[in-house]
Amino acid sequence: MTADLHVVGRSVPRSDGVGHVTGRTLFTTDRSFPGMLHLKVVRSPVHHALVRGIDLSEAERVPGFVRALTHVDVPHNVYTILGLIGVEPEEEFVLAEDRVRYKGEPIVAIVAETEAAALEAVACVRLDLEELPAVFDVEEALRPGAPIVTHWGNNTFMYEGHPCRRVRFGDVEAAFARADHIVEGVYNTKPIEHAPTETTACIAVPEANGRYAVYTNTQALYFSLDNTAIILQVPGSRLHFIGGTVGGAFGGKVDVIVEPLATLAAMKTGRPVKYAFARWEEMQVSSTRSAWRIYVKDGVMRDGRIVARKVTSYADSGAYSRQTPYALTKHAANAAGPYAIPNVSIDAYCVYTNHVPSSAMRGFGITMASFAIEVQMDRIAEAVGLDPWSVRFLNAYRNGDMKPHRKRAEDATLIETMQAAAAFVGHELTPEQAAMTSDPRREGGE
Amino acid sequence: MVSSIVSFQVGDREVEVLVAPMTTLQTVLRYQLGYTAVKEGCRQGGCGSCAVLVDGEPVLSCLLPVEDVAGRRVTTLEALAEPDALHPIQQAFIDHLAFQCGYCTPGMVMVSKALLDRDPDPSRAEILDALAGNVCRCTGYAPIAEAVADAARVLASRGAQSR
Repeated sequence: MTADLHVVGRSVPRSDGVGHVTGRTLFTTDRSFPGMLHLKVVRSPVHHALVRGIDLSEAERVPGFVRALTHVDVPHNVYTILGLIGVEPEEEFVLAEDRVRYKGEPIVAIVAETEAAALEAVACVRLDLEELPAVFDVEEALRPGAPIVTHWGNNTFMYEGHPCRRVRFGDVEAAFARADHIVEGVYNTKPIEHAPTETTACIAVPEANGRYAVYTNTQALYFSLDNTAIILQVPGSRLHFIGGTVGGAFGGKVDVIVEPLATLAAMKTGRPVKYAFARWEEMQVSSTRSAWRIYVKDGVMRDGRIVARKVTSYADSGAYSRQTPYALTKHAANAAGPYAIPNVSIDAYCVYTNHVPSSAMRGFGITMASFAIEVQMDRIAEAVGLDPWSVRFLNAYRNGDMKPHRKRAEDATLIETMQAAAAFVGHELTPEQAAMTSDPRREGGE
Repeated sequence: MVSSIVSFQVGDREVEVLVAPMTTLQTVLRYQLGYTAVKEGCRQGGCGSCAVLVDGEPVLSCLLPVEDVAGRRVTTLEALAEPDALHPIQQAFIDHLAFQCGYCTPGMVMVSKALLDRDPDPSRAEILDALAGNVCRCTGYAPIAEAVADAARVLASRGAQSR
């Protein structure tokens, strides 16, 4: 029997649809296990501080308290999520050591018989903190004398020895000198929380064969497994990660946050351990989309052609970089927008501040570039007296054009997309615009 | 504080639970009785994912102390479908692709059920008003509202047939 693979153009029911509408789909915390313990975390109440001491004596007396975990219990406490793809250095602390760098940073994990007991014990942990000056603005963080967030001495992620990801194409300064107009803009965006309806959670369960079953709602199952193996210094074969059912994520569940601690606690206690974010933790402590500041300077000729574009971007990574260095690289490759511009210069900085760490979110470094570039395109149209459609058709890149990061455009669809959008909103294009294609070889043919 | 015994109905089932004071209906349903279609998105009355019916009225089970349902009848999503057929609201959610991750779906369906029980022919504005306490972060609300309107039509035509 051959499988029926002829599904294009047909409506196919989702395999999980009946489970979702009947409530039979099992999400991570819909599972319970006999003897399951609850893990809650003592978090830094301040943005930046030295940790002078931790007093657990009162917490240990809370009825139901089972044990506390601090950084000395974590086999490999300093990690970098993207270490799996060669990103260095290791920088984030599973549990804080001598310093906390953001408000909400985990310091102690408490394991208790009930969630209420865990919360009460967390409230009973006494921290001796010496608060330090904090920095929250990406450009202030780069000035001499700014509080240093990282443990290696400056506030930028280093790209092959450089403080920013750089793209150089042609000669922007020469092109600015001969341009008819210079159009400049600065674009600021705020952090955005993904706010999935289901909070980040996992349950780690010891199995009889010495392995640990970890039920998790991560978006990145093997990423989480591999990072957990590194942090706990165990072979990946001892970890049995079970996922796939995720109650919303949008990039917010690719960081490896709950699995290492829950699994460690299961190892230390021999019992199932649940670690689920409360809603406030999801909103205030989980990663956000980075806040960005993007400076754009364009050199434009009288007819609307862009001859030079210079972009300087700062992503607020927060206290740890997580997925932001990768987002920055994607950003730098796309920050000139989908336009054919012969002279481009891009400097994109991944900046450390005392904000909550930012990480992946839909679009991943490109959404904010598009926001800045498309507002900038409207400003260019205004400066040269063209309508916003025309300035985009005039500058749109097409197949064969070289992009600033030295990839030739092969799959351009901007022109066709704009033609479809124009039809959709009832905007009348010029005959030339209507006849354009992304493949110049085909234009006017037949 | 001393725990107490609370008796109530879940669907057609009589239940009796031993609870500490101020334990929520949500906690009892999910963790004592195993009704995990009752979700927990926020446990502070902000998302609607834990909505159930108490004597037919929609309530947020995360805000309700279980003592308050003593002697009353609680309906969760588990009770909605026949063993071999979906309820028209459930079928309409599938037909209209009215969910992606599915986490808000149980609350959406229960609130919709209460609405259609009360008003078999709601306007779009009334549907949106009924769903105003339920947060969806994936799909958006348009397909959900369309699914509810479609379910109303199906239920009305069934009612007409049975008359």
